[in-house]
Amino acid sequence: MQKSVIVENLSKNYFKKEAVKEISFTINENEILGLLGPNGCGKTTTIAMMLGLLKPSNGRVVIHGLDIEKNRISLLHKMNFISPYIELPKKLSVKENLIVYGKLYGVKFISERIKYLSEKLRLEEFINKKTGVLSSGQKNRVSLAKALINEPSILFLDEPTASLDPETGDFVRSFIEKISKEKKMSILLASHNMDEVKRLCKNVLMMNNGVIIDKGTPDELIKKHGKRNLEEVFLKLNRNNHELK
Amino acid sequence: MSLNRIIGLFLRHFFLIKSSLPRILDLIYWPTIQIILWGFISKFFTTYSDYYNNTVGVILTCAILYDFLFRSSISFNMLFLEEIWSRNFTNLFIAPMRISEIITALVGTALIRTLIGLVPAILITSPLFGISILNLGIPLFFLFLSLYIFGITLGLFVSSGLLRYGPAFENIAWSSLFLLAPLGCIYYPIEILPDFFQNVAKGLPLVYIFEEARSILVNQVVNYSNIKNAFILNAIYLFIGISLFYYSFSQARKKGSLINIGE
Repeated sequence: MQKSVIVENLSKNYFKKEAVKEISFTINENEILGLLGPNGCGKTTTIAMMLGLLKPSNGRVVIHGLDIEKNRISLLHKMNFISPYIELPKKLSVKENLIVYGKLYGVKFISERIKYLSEKLRLEEFINKKTGVLSSGQKNRVSLAKALINEPSILFLDEPTASLDPETGDFVRSFIEKISKEKKMSILLASHNMDEVKRLCKNVLMMNNGVIIDKGTPDELIKKHGKRNLEEVFLKLNRNNHELK
Repeated sequence: MSLNRIIGLFLRHFFLIKSSLPRILDLIYWPTIQIILWGFISKFFTTYSDYYNNTVGVILTCAILYDFLFRSSISFNMLFLEEIWSRNFTNLFIAPMRISEIITALVGTALIRTLIGLVPAILITSPLFGISILNLGIPLFFLFLSLYIFGITLGLFVSSGLLRYGPAFENIAWSSLFLLAPLGCIYYPIEILPDFFQNVAKGLPLVYIFEEARSILVNQVVNYSNIKNAFILNAIYLFIGISLFYYSFSQARKKGSLINIGE
């Protein structure tokens, strides 16, 4: 199996605080890897270093055989990211936003790409509306369209279904599942929704206090810790970690 | 450098401006108010001041030039602030954009924003006050260019602060030009300033630009050495501004401010 992403001994220190401590993992081609952990455990910091937004204190991120620190611009062409904490300009229409990002990512046939994504993500009915007036579910689908505008081979999803109703959440999950298989994408999924992670991810990393405290397939982790589901595993690992602290 | 990406970022702001009448009116409003206000002050001075006696339009011309500087700098900062306010900042920095492309796109967009504000102001000075800034002749182009470069340079300094320190640096964006105005000798010769401040002022291109504007209007003499001095100083400050922007980006990547800048 081809390794799309290799993370080697990655660390980030903010002054004396170690936000991420020498973590290593890989993401294979056509794999959705889950990244689980409580708030502030280092998930966002890890993703930011993988996207080149943050310079690691130590270690490196290798994407398609290239170090992100030395090849940031060329690798960013092949990557994209969505998070509920970042938004698209609200005063621009959905179409205008997608045109802008199509240009920024150097997409050749922007109109065709927008049409394709509009159909797949059901954007047609509000494609000309201002992004700011859309519902959370609609905005989420627009963000997903922006994240797919450049046909990325590596996608970072930070809580992609947070605050969505069950129907929209299920639509987004099905879409991610389908498109990752079709396009053989490598996806890093950070989520607090354990059912989502179990459904979508082949492998899972459990993080706490900046380190990977366990990893494996969802079923392996459930069996290993003698629990009924991934949520119970998550709670057990994090409670143990609190007690150890 | 990719023209596509530069156009992309330009379009991001063009779509924003064209879709909002209040934004366009805001761009026009302040220069217009400034020009009307200074138009009356200008009239007063031409009537009562010996220095400006019979020299119609010196103050008003300088006000327009100063406003051009103000608009260009604020426009550059506004483009940056828009990204922070709309929480779009992270999206931009995970797009494959080089810093040089970001600066180029912002410089071009800031020029258009500035001209949207300036052109109506220039147009109303003639029917209202019988003055045309075009009386400065060919040197006007160099004066505008020099002011624009300095405005952009100030924008780069402030944006570097925004990049590194986030929205907390926002107020500096608004006040930066007011700090320089007294030293820029916009409405009076440098000799008015105390000796110490004269030495500081000589390090600013503004002194040479406005000295040149007054020289043309009052004495009808074009002194290209003033324009040359302004351009030399501009080149130095622009180099420092661009270097600072690159440095701030690098620091922001180290300190993590690109992740939570909108928060």
